[in-house]
Amino acid sequence: MTELAERPANPAATAADRPIGFGRIQRKEDPRFVRGRGRYVDDIVLPGMLHGAILRSPMAHARLVSIDTTEALAHPKVHAVITGRDLEGLNLAWAPTLSADVQAVLATAKVRFQGQEVAFVVADDRYAARDALELIDVEYEELPPVVDVRRALDPGAPVIRDDKEGQTDNHIFDWEAGDRAETDAVFAAAEVVVSEEVVYPRVHPAPMETCGAVADYDPVDGKLTLYETTQAPHAHRTLFAMVAGIPEHKIRVISPDIGGGFGNKVGIYPGYILAVVGSIVTGRPVKWMEDRSENLMSTSFARDYVMRGEVAATRDGKILAVRTQVLADHGAFNATAQPTKYPAGFFSIFTGSYDLQAAHCSVTGVYTNKAPGGVAYACSFRVTEAVYLVERMVDVLAAELEMDPAELRLRNFIRPEQFPYKNKTGWEYDSGDYEPTMQLALRMAGYEELRREQAEKRSRGELMGIGLSFFTETVGAGPRKHMDIVGLGMADGAEVRVHPTGKAVVRLSVQSQGQGHETTFAQILAEELGIPPEDIDVVHGDTDQTPFGLGTYGSRSTPVSGGAVALAARKVKEKARAIAAAMLETRPEDLEWEKGRWYVKGDPGVGKTIAEIALGAHGTVELPEGIDGNLDAEVTYDPPNLTFPFGAYVCVVDVDRGTGKVHVRRFVAVDDCGTRINPMIIEGQVHGGLADGVGMALMEFIGFDEQGNNLGGSFMDYLIPTAMEVPDWETGHTVTPSPHHPIGAKGIGESATVGSPPAVVNAVVDALAPFGVRHMDMPCTPARVWEAMQGRPTPPI
Amino acid sequence: MQVTMTVNGAEVTRDVEPRQLLVHFLRDTLGLTGTHWGCDTSNCGTCVVLVDGEPVKSCTALAAMTAGHEVRTVEGLADGATLDPVQQGFMEEHGLQCGFCTPGMMLTARALLDRDPDPDEQTIREAISGQICRCTGYATIVRSVRWAARHGAGAAAEAPAIPAPAAPPAAEEVPA
Ligand code: FES
Ligand code: FES
Repeated sequence: MTELAERPANPAATAADRPIGFGRIQRKEDPRFVRGRGRYVDDIVLPGMLHGAILRSPMAHARLVSIDTTEALAHPKVHAVITGRDLEGLNLAWAPTLSADVQAVLATAKVRFQGQEVAFVVADDRYAARDALELIDVEYEELPPVVDVRRALDPGAPVIRDDKEGQTDNHIFDWEAGDRAETDAVFAAAEVVVSEEVVYPRVHPAPMETCGAVADYDPVDGKLTLYETTQAPHAHRTLFAMVAGIPEHKIRVISPDIGGGFGNKVGIYPGYILAVVGSIVTGRPVKWMEDRSENLMSTSFARDYVMRGEVAATRDGKILAVRTQVLADHGAFNATAQPTKYPAGFFSIFTGSYDLQAAHCSVTGVYTNKAPGGVAYACSFRVTEAVYLVERMVDVLAAELEMDPAELRLRNFIRPEQFPYKNKTGWEYDSGDYEPTMQLALRMAGYEELRREQAEKRSRGELMGIGLSFFTETVGAGPRKHMDIVGLGMADGAEVRVHPTGKAVVRLSVQSQGQGHETTFAQILAEELGIPPEDIDVVHGDTDQTPFGLGTYGSRSTPVSGGAVALAARKVKEKARAIAAAMLETRPEDLEWEKGRWYVKGDPGVGKTIAEIALGAHGTVELPEGIDGNLDAEVTYDPPNLTFPFGAYVCVVDVDRGTGKVHVRRFVAVDDCGTRINPMIIEGQVHGGLADGVGMALMEFIGFDEQGNNLGGSFMDYLIPTAMEVPDWETGHTVTPSPHHPIGAKGIGESATVGSPPAVVNAVVDALAPFGVRHMDMPCTPARVWEAMQGRPTPPI
Repeated sequence: MQVTMTVNGAEVTRDVEPRQLLVHFLRDTLGLTGTHWGCDTSNCGTCVVLVDGEPVKSCTALAAMTAGHEVRTVEGLADGATLDPVQQGFMEEHGLQCGFCTPGMMLTARALLDRDPDPDEQTIREAISGQICRCTGYATIVRSVRWAARHGAGAAAEAPAIPAPAAPPAAEEVPA
């Protein structure tokens, strides 16, 4: 025993350049990925496994007249063909969504969007399954589709959801926040009011790995093992128990390595349910992996908000109030994944980073003949839309007032002494110090110099634009008294065990899709307990091995599970103190902590390391009253508030006068996410989000034609930036810790996706100012920019 | 039909459907799942492997077309326990997040460094421009390749710059 305890720690860990705790360290997950040894869902092969494929509707809105599966069933490699009628018999044709609606697993009477699931084939291999799809004969009777969200509530518009009793139109919900009367009064008295229709078009998270599942139902013990591309394994387990009627302890959801999520892998898609049904029906494991078109056409899209934005201000640039009316396109089923009481997510944070007298927003959600979804693509529950609206509108106001947009922002920021700041729609911003962040970004960009360059270029007829945005996010959902998803409180758990030799394991309810949880969470534990990160194993993505929690989205892993890990570690530390006191024959209050060790106050030479204490706890030390023989702890963390990361972005673009092509020349991003755990990972998160923002601002777009045909259904049409379209990012940071979070961290996963689109669009509009352009909608493609130059900017449809 | 090719230095012979894509041959038939697929239209590049040293989108080639050629996948990038400098570079410079595009990116980088040991930023960006990474925003991938270049990845003089092919997965070792 003694020998074990005295074993030296991993020598690499004690090297001076390797922090034990927070700091830049290499990722623990990388060695397997760079060797091609990641394990993604499609890599899973089980004995006897079959392959599923989905037949999808070619039409946006049609009555299903008949489905003939005879020929497909006769295919020698086909094991089963499942239709909506079959599912009706099992009471599985419809599944509840995350927004108190239902969604068809397989269409029964009607199809309601192009790409909707119509039949499921299970065959020996993926090629045969695809072949068999061709053999299914479906007769459709076409119905007029609802494509333009602005026409969805017209009297006489086709009713999409005639399956819902009492539904006589395409209306889903009305929701509002803020004080309408107070806001209207401020607007009525204001010296200046600007107003603009601002569209955040439909886009798609499109992670490089598409969605899929391997379902393995064991008919003998009734246990379902489901490998899934999911960001929320525990929530999925509970929902599967509710939907499929399989008892929850008989379901194990395993989310192995995930090839990017960005919100695309939060919801439960029909394909997952069909893989389960396929496995139950055939008695064999069934794999279903969607292809890219299926991913873009049927899984959770993002945004699709038509916003009328208005700002009231004084002539000298004091912003008084903001208000907006939003028409939200939710597609054919209301399947957004957001907290129950927030049908428009956290959109009411559209008051931005400014100290206002009043604010009011109202959001109307409607059905259209498009794919369902709406909350995805690193949107922080609609904070993307909110930030885009306010940051675009502040620039519109700056143009109206002929004031520098940086100056206008600086003049209206919430001041540091006002935090915690209660905004006019009910949020309490935890902490902030905006001006230094803004000033740093302006300094890094060389703002004055850029303006001089622009003036000079303009005099030569060249189009250069400088765009700013300053965003405040609200992330880390959330306090369970306010926030739940389908009745499940938005808490998350962590379980820490220190093994007898002082190595540790931490088990998490959240699941990484590339964010580096295996590293970050080890670092949190390392910081708290002084155990080197390489001596800590992080377990996640398996419901049989981890505590319950709602998963990773909305930048909530660090704010929620990070809090859980820190608090669990502190419980371990307190327990260690009691045990150390017993070992040292002193009182716990006579001990002092230094990272990794309790020692006797005033006598630093006498102490016990965590490893020694762990061995004592599991060994033969006589334990104090009430302390059991381990060094473990578990916490389910209910955050007291959300966290409010912020940042200042500057984008510089050059626009080709002849073609309308936008070149992003520079991008400066200064982020404040509170306490920084691993700067390298933070920078990576920011970089990725910036590329997303450039993509959405310039090229990404899911459009539809009048028949409801999806025009963004492949990577030929849905354009994502390559290395050629993005610059080398220039990043900086300030640190304003969250006062309520155990380690002061605020979350960074979505900041850049939220903050960058307005910076890019503001830059494009700024470049086009000589043409009198005050607003144009994304995506700023060459054709659309060229139209704007001709004085004909059009909204995207 | 039967095809024979060299994969990571070892000769393999398998029966395949004539229409089988190389990506599925590698993943499903040989069990080399480090090569990924991410689209149906040859746009994403997560499937890139080296065929006779040149980057090829393995979703765009049939296994049958590769018969008689040399294929190198991510599993053949390291020399046993010794990583290729490209692999090290990706770890050092945070060139990967979810890891899905990473094998393809690294193989393209390997091919680039083989012909240009000291590429500048623009050259690297052009080399990987047929591949999409949704996570990193590319700057760290560029830095990773630069790291590899600085650490002798491309400098043939500093042998062994190009590692010997990986321990060959002999036909019988590869799960069918
Ligand atoms: S799988 Fe996308 S290019 Fe090959
Ligand atoms: S690391 Fe995720 S796609 Fe590149």
